[in-house]
Amino acid sequence: MEQKNSLPFTIVVALLFVFLLAPVLLVFPMSFSGDNFMSFPPSSWSTKWYAALPGNTVLIGALWTSLGLAVVVTTLSLLIAIPAAYAIARIEFFGRETLFALFTAPLLLPSIVLGLAILIVFVGIGLISTFPGLVLAHLVVTLPYALRVLATALSTLPHQVEEAASSLGATPLTVFRRVTLPLMTPGIVAAAALAFLVSFDEVVISLFVVGPRITTLPVELYRYVDTRADPLVAAASVFLILGTVAVVLIVERTMGLNKAVGKG
Amino acid sequence: MTATDTAPAAAPFRLSGRQIVPLLIMPILIVNAVSFIWPTLSLLRMSLNEPIAGGAIRETLTLQTYVSVMTDSFYLELVWNSVYLCSIITAFTLLLSYPIALFIHRADPKWKSLLTLMVISPLLVSAVVRTYGWVIILGDQGLINALLLGSGLVDQPVRLIFNNFGVMVGLVEILMPYMILSLMAGFGRLDPRLEEAAQSLGAKRLTTLYRVTIPLTAPGIALGCLLVFVLSISSFVTPKLLGGGRVFLLATEIYDQSIVLLNWPLAASLSMLVLVIFGAALVVYSRVVKALD
Repeated sequence: MEQKNSLPFTIVVALLFVFLLAPVLLVFPMSFSGDNFMSFPPSSWSTKWYAALPGNTVLIGALWTSLGLAVVVTTLSLLIAIPAAYAIARIEFFGRETLFALFTAPLLLPSIVLGLAILIVFVGIGLISTFPGLVLAHLVVTLPYALRVLATALSTLPHQVEEAASSLGATPLTVFRRVTLPLMTPGIVAAAALAFLVSFDEVVISLFVVGPRITTLPVELYRYVDTRADPLVAAASVFLILGTVAVVLIVERTMGLNKAVGKG
Repeated sequence: MTATDTAPAAAPFRLSGRQIVPLLIMPILIVNAVSFIWPTLSLLRMSLNEPIAGGAIRETLTLQTYVSVMTDSFYLELVWNSVYLCSIITAFTLLLSYPIALFIHRADPKWKSLLTLMVISPLLVSAVVRTYGWVIILGDQGLINALLLGSGLVDQPVRLIFNNFGVMVGLVEILMPYMILSLMAGFGRLDPRLEEAAQSLGAKRLTTLYRVTIPLTAPGIALGCLLVFVLSISSFVTPKLLGGGRVFLLATEIYDQSIVLLNWPLAASLSMLVLVIFGAALVVYSRVVKALD
């Protein structure tokens, strides 16, 4: 590469990176504020907002709901998307591409539109403010991601091993269980991590489905920021960011983030 | 943007298992039908109903809500504001993202993956958290105002959020990763030898940028602009929190009409309007791409 990045250009780009990363990074010092309101830089430092977190029953309750929801949604996403991805990537049938387009189409709709559409239908069948309602609403957005990642993983898989297994007399189900599934593991891990993060972070669609009986963490954080201005959300955000980093590290270890995101 | 062009390439090896296909795709088909197809059709149907004061809805077939959106100056201004603000956001996002993408494209391979990771990582942090970060920076007692007051440039805090400016800054930053990734995808066509050739023939650095680098990377620019425009029109959390109820955009109005005012027919027809704007953006994009070829 002959075109080198000159020093002034490097400085400009460094400043742009500061702009890009500042909001996330400033959450860390903010969480150690000793003030009762949002003021930066804080006039004193303390860990009182971390101490206050466990006492906030609304946020803690919402956290458990969100974790349970993300686990259920991730499990169902894999159980539903793996067979579908297998059919789409491995079997030639009429309407294959149309169906793939249909199954990934929910990603093309803005979540505010999808949320309203789901509200209109779910009100009529009693799914608003219920756990199954939230699961169904989240599946709409996690399934397209899971399907895409899994179908890509399957279509890049060498098929000679599967052919060998079946020519040696293994039934199709055995081939799938003993050969295809283990070979797909990196794709499954990436799909699971993506489904988990999308479900755990989903806020707009959830806003339409939550109610007095059930609420999620992103919705409660949104409401908190909307109505009050104190550093509590910063302390909560630190845990969210660290949790995300943990999930990303797991994916990175298994298959490499660039590969997972680039192909998703 | 279209789902079909990312469909996995047909694998040469296929199991003869056509009989079990319905069984394999039945679960995803059921979820898709219950929470996507049915709701979308219901939304279209809802936009043709008549709202009655107090949140009641009369089942009928009328274009009344569409007519009121098209004739009421409040909604015309709302649509114009949304398109205008999101166009400016798209322009600034491009302006701030292009140098980063170009830098990463030219960087040493050993730095490339780290820099790419730095671009991707904000995408994984919740929009609520990133918007909250902007309140820390732009709030009345935030970082910028502390610097301005401390330096004596102003003696009253400057209003940086709860207005168009705050929404713009927040959305530009939140959408930058999408733009950078689109640009980087389009930079594959950029052969460094062409820039070299231009410079060895006497072109200045800026001339090379305008006459060689930018034209060659135009497809990536078009893709990034389409993506950021569409995402900014549909974003809700950031305009709501940084606008503080004072910035009226299509997405925030859809939410208010459906949750606060319970005027579902109107919210539904505004949603349809968003989809029409999406379609228009897509048409502009495909025209631009065709013109570039």
